[in-house]
Amino acid sequence: MINVIFFASLREALGTAAIQWPAGAVDIHTLTGQLCAQGEPWASALARHDLLCARNQQLCDRTESVQDGDEIAFFPPVTGG
Amino acid sequence: MTPLTRIAVQNEDFSLADEYERLQNQAECGAIVSFSGRVRDLATTPLLHMTLEHYPGMTEKALADIVQQARTRWPLGMITVIHRVGKLAVNEQIVLVLVSSAHRQAAFNACEFIMDFLKSRAPFWKKETTTEGTHWVEAKASDEAAVKRW
Repeated sequence: MINVIFFASLREALGTAAIQWPAGAVDIHTLTGQLCAQGEPWASALARHDLLCARNQQLCDRTESVQDGDEIAFFPPVTGG
Repeated sequence: MTPLTRIAVQNEDFSLADEYERLQNQAECGAIVSFSGRVRDLATTPLLHMTLEHYPGMTEKALADIVQQARTRWPLGMITVIHRVGKLAVNEQIVLVLVSSAHRQAAFNACEFIMDFLKSRAPFWKKETTTEGTHWVEAKASDEAAVKRW
């Protein structure tokens, strides 16, 4: 399984902070497509072009591969400081 | 021995004096630069408070990575980065960066470098509560531009 987690405005738009998702997507781009295929609110929320992602707590891009047991996070641009 | 890097993400407030004291143990570092950020009220409607969310685990790692990058660029002594999360009122402290070095220019540059990268790479998100409701703060293009100059 893949632990997929969401933060801030994305978490609120989806109404969930984390889901367990079956392994199988080759990369984050494919995983995003699988999540969007669930329909709304996933398709709209994950279509935001500026969303960032991280694999096992390291920022990465959508071509990053995904493996069973990974923690994949999606979140909006950061606003700390 | 006091660790060279101290990183903390916490709900509690911090004391600049206490943190500064900790950096004074290195005789060879004659320069200490500090930056502290506070909650400001720039909202068009009066700001009641701010709530800061973070990504436990990744946030600390991201801050440690930024500090490590700074250490590869300048000769630095001790570095402290403290960022608060949770509910913060206007004028409360949010962030503190302290950098010591033998050279003031290295300390100034590293402090700016760490703040620039913290603002656009470390996973924190601000939500403002004003008299008219709540909204997430949007990221600014100028913050991303600040990173590009390094």
